[in-house]
Amino acid sequence: MNVQLSMELQGKIFEQMEASYPNEGGGFLLGEAQGGAIAIVDIIEVENTFAEEEQHHRYAMRPQDWMRLEDEADERGLSLIGYYHSHPDSPAIPSEYDREHALPNFVYVITAVMMAKATDMQVWQLRPDRSAFDNGTLSIT
Amino acid sequence: MAKIRVPTPLRAYTDGASDIEVAGSTVGEALGNLVEQHPDLRVHLFQDDDLRSFVNIFIGDEDIRFMQGLDTEIDAADSLRIIPSIAGGRRTQ
Repeated sequence: MNVQLSMELQGKIFEQMEASYPNEGGGFLLGEAQGGAIAIVDIIEVENTFAEEEQHHRYAMRPQDWMRLEDEADERGLSLIGYYHSHPDSPAIPSEYDREHALPNFVYVITAVMMAKATDMQVWQLRPDRSAFDNGTLSIT
Repeated sequence: MAKIRVPTPLRAYTDGASDIEVAGSTVGEALGNLVEQHPDLRVHLFQDDDLRSFVNIFIGDEDIRFMQGLDTEIDAADSLRIIPSIAGGRRTQ
């Protein structure tokens, strides 16, 4: 899996993730997928709805947000191709919690935020048998 | 027949189709029919015989968890929708 992301959108994600620190932040990725190549065209911030005292290590969004943005992607001729979230003071590696709540054919962009500074971004995709995530290649354009 | 809208990542298992016509008089029967038609969906929707915790089923704007769950009755005019609850988090120390 090769994921293309513009420097501008990466900058927006970093800015949002740093502003969310020490809590987790996130949102949806809209784009286009062709074979193993995925181009992220837009990002849409979505509010973290997990209980506030747990937001330092958990992120969740309402099902209604998925519904609304999937419809928006369809209307724009794009696809809801993934979601992004941060791991405050933790590596950009999926947790077991991430795996249990993941779907295949969906791009998971994780940003490590160390001491309020975004330090790493990694892209992941769940295997079809749900056993593990595979690390993809991120191309910043 | 009722219809079920499949979320974008799972359309890889429905030959790209977003809306699938299903037989059944309850939500549970409709989902059973869906996974009969497209067996590769099953592991992502169910854990054993229960819906996975992050899988939500809506009829219109109503979550079936606030109705009668999988026993909720449906008719041929109903449009169901599978909506994942996106969630994530770092490794707990």
